[in-house]
Amino acid sequence: MTVAEFGLGERLGELRRTFQSGTTRSLAWRKAQLQALLNLVRDNEEQIFQVVHEDLGKHPVEAFRDESPLPLAFFPATAELLPEPLGVVLIFSCWNFPISLALEPLIGAISAGNAALIKPSEMAPACSSFLARVIPRYLDNKAIKVIEGGPETGAKLLEEKWDKIFFTGSPRVGRIIMSAAAKHLTPVTLELGGKCPVILDTRLSSSELEVAIKRIAWGKWGLCNGQSCVGVDYILVEEKFAPTLIDLLKKSIDQFYGRKAKDFKDLTRIVNRHHFERLHNLIKDPAVSDSIVHGGQVDKERMFIEPTILLDPPLEAEIMTEEIFGPFLPIITLKNIEESIEFVSSRPKPLVLYAFTKDETLKRLVLSRTSSGSVTFNDIAVQFMSDDLPFGGIGQSGLGKYHGKFSFEAFTHEKAVLRRNFIFDLESRYPPWSDFKLNFIRLLYKYDYFGIILLFLGLKG
Amino acid sequence: MAVEMRKGKFDGDRAAALLKELRVSFASGKTKSYGWRVQQLKNVLRMVDENEKAIVEALRLDLAKPKFEAFVNEISLVKAACKHSLTKLKHWMKPQKAKTSIITFPSSAKIVSEPLGVVLIISAWNYPFLLSLDPVIGAIAAGNTVVLKPSEISPATSSLLAKLLKDYVDCSTIRVVEGAAAETTALLEQKWDKILYTGNGNVGRIVMASAAKHVTPVILELGGKSPVVVDSKINLTVSARRIVAGKWGCNNGQTCVSPDYIITTKTFATKLIDALKHVLEEFFGKDPLQSKDLSRIVNSSHFSRLTKLLDEDKVSGKIVYGGQRDETQLKIAPTILLDVPEDSLIMNEEIFGPLLPIITVDKVEDSLNIINSRSKPLAAYLFTSSKKLEKEFVEKISAGGMLINDTVLHLTNPSLPFGGVGESGFGSYHGTHHIHPEKLDYWMLFFTTVRA
Repeated sequence: MTVAEFGLGERLGELRRTFQSGTTRSLAWRKAQLQALLNLVRDNEEQIFQVVHEDLGKHPVEAFRDESPLPLAFFPATAELLPEPLGVVLIFSCWNFPISLALEPLIGAISAGNAALIKPSEMAPACSSFLARVIPRYLDNKAIKVIEGGPETGAKLLEEKWDKIFFTGSPRVGRIIMSAAAKHLTPVTLELGGKCPVILDTRLSSSELEVAIKRIAWGKWGLCNGQSCVGVDYILVEEKFAPTLIDLLKKSIDQFYGRKAKDFKDLTRIVNRHHFERLHNLIKDPAVSDSIVHGGQVDKERMFIEPTILLDPPLEAEIMTEEIFGPFLPIITLKNIEESIEFVSSRPKPLVLYAFTKDETLKRLVLSRTSSGSVTFNDIAVQFMSDDLPFGGIGQSGLGKYHGKFSFEAFTHEKAVLRRNFIFDLESRYPPWSDFKLNFIRLLYKYDYFGIILLFLGLKG
Repeated sequence: MAVEMRKGKFDGDRAAALLKELRVSFASGKTKSYGWRVQQLKNVLRMVDENEKAIVEALRLDLAKPKFEAFVNEISLVKAACKHSLTKLKHWMKPQKAKTSIITFPSSAKIVSEPLGVVLIISAWNYPFLLSLDPVIGAIAAGNTVVLKPSEISPATSSLLAKLLKDYVDCSTIRVVEGAAAETTALLEQKWDKILYTGNGNVGRIVMASAAKHVTPVILELGGKSPVVVDSKINLTVSARRIVAGKWGCNNGQTCVSPDYIITTKTFATKLIDALKHVLEEFFGKDPLQSKDLSRIVNSSHFSRLTKLLDEDKVSGKIVYGGQRDETQLKIAPTILLDVPEDSLIMNEEIFGPLLPIITVDKVEDSLNIINSRSKPLAAYLFTSSKKLEKEFVEKISAGGMLINDTVLHLTNPSLPFGGVGESGFGSYHGTHHIHPEKLDYWMLFFTTVRA
């Protein structure tokens, strides 16, 4: 398909013209768009549940919790540092939270005064088509557009010059995006992924442990059935506690999903055949399947995989080297919990590191000896809910951050503006230069005003 | 040990070995401590204090940089950066409290800045001392290990930096690799935790493409054509001096934020040119090629590039002042041109030299469209006493930074971040906490990651 058939050239042209016209810079416009976005979500709640369910089998409550975009604060300009929009921005959203991962960056782009083009993931087609249909009904069509399509569409978009690209997805595609952006020196924010570990320190009371494990179970299967960049990937625990952990996890699974977890009610399904096969392959290796202690059942027809727990699968197996992004939960046992620090820090930096502990020493070790996009102590994923905290990765898990004011900043250029007048002019800054002028400036830099007086009196050389 | 080149070819294997060594140093945790950072910053400060003469001499060899410029534009800025970091470091290193929401009650949140790890700094030739040490200071303040690759186009400074850093700083964490394209390529193949590059857009693209393979964050300090809009309602004498100082008094036009070209009204152009000529003579004498206060052109390749701009057919007749050149000394006199065609070479690439084209328009407001039709520059300047024009300029022009009624100075202001937008780059440095107390300091921001 040529760019012309695509209509991309035209659409991009309109976005650029709209941006140049200055429409998107006004506070009034930004507020109107943000309000319209709120209306969009409010008016279409039912439909959103429907399409998310269609694409992912996600339960409405999960969808509501995870897909409603959070409101954004606004920042006035200062006299010396003026935030200005970057221009026309491109947002690639992901399939696992297909509404919020499109709208949350869009909120940042709008608040910062940009025009935007969103390309929702084709792997969540009902949601993609919903966004394409509904956004033009609520938002300023000349400034905010949606384009649907797959990898070829993505590739065509990447050939153009954008003022910013915001991408949520896999590290592999993140690299492709950044390489393409390099051709135009386009700044990028890449929200990628990784293996988010949970360090479970069992020096907690039994009721605290129950709460912890419930949260971990929720953080695994309650977030798009493991298909979440901030979801629990694997657990590190002392080996003597492993049996209890497994029991408690099973108990949570039962509680959340009923004994008939095999009926897969309330569980998101695997997004598509490709990912289903990928996940299924992870447990085909006999050394891995031997380590399954709960679950492991799959429904090929409906692409469901039940919550599955593994105990000490081989560390070199793919299930432990790649981001799982599915409902398998490996438990890795250690002699003592302090070993978890070395385990985590010798691996690529994750998006989030979770640690359940009350021990201040362990907390300090986590903070000083590991690195991750963020750290959450004693809960899972809730760092999302603080508008004040930036959300983003480091190393393999990403580049840049957003949420709250950080979304605004992600799409803003802070222009330094210095104003001077003509009144006071410093003679010594001008050629022809002399030792006198040089000494004057030296003294000025040292705030040595007395020295300056001496200089002028000829008493200092 | 800090000077890698002398041991033979610096290839991919040696670059990988260097990185491995630095990762081990970083993993030991020593660079994270406040004590280590303070010690290294003090070492850098002492290094500069004790070697001012040698630094001035190296800059003279590389660029014929006048002593005054060497001191004001390089040495003093480096010292200021050290001192500023030393004063602010404790504060920068403190975690910031963040608000939590009712949904997570009870909870507490904070933003902790931590070093990225191993950072690569690729510096430029025009302010070879400043553009090497300024980012290194930031990287140290943020607790990283660093590899510095100074520009081979300023070899005296490159070699001085290699020698001095080896003698003054912790070599297990801060290293210099000298060399050119081959060495830079070897370095870029490795996985860094951050890269800061100062230079041109072509190499900027190469740096970013290499960084993309590892999803390495980058800061690109590039350049562009920084325009100067000159209104008629100004103090002409002061304005002319500031324009001349900013253009020819800073490395003879070889500065990323150098006034590249002027836009003024047809009716004001003659007055402006006369004022500029007058100031040029005052500053550099009747025979500027003999003036000791003008840097030379850095090398013959740039000299040819610049003379080509001057000798283009449609441009050579537009010279209204200057145009003299001395190839043996690599000197070109301050040159002003009037109304060169928009499609000439000189108006379509960053000049980076002592040539100043003046474009005229009917109304001064017309200048805004001209600027906006071009790539976003690193800096944009306006001389006016009209508040209305100032407001329009600030609102409508996008540039890395802007200065009203002066040139170049904004990058010496520690309260302002310095960086580009669009073709002039992205990411920024310099700057302090003062402007937005709720944000992390800019120094820290690009050499650290925020961890929520």
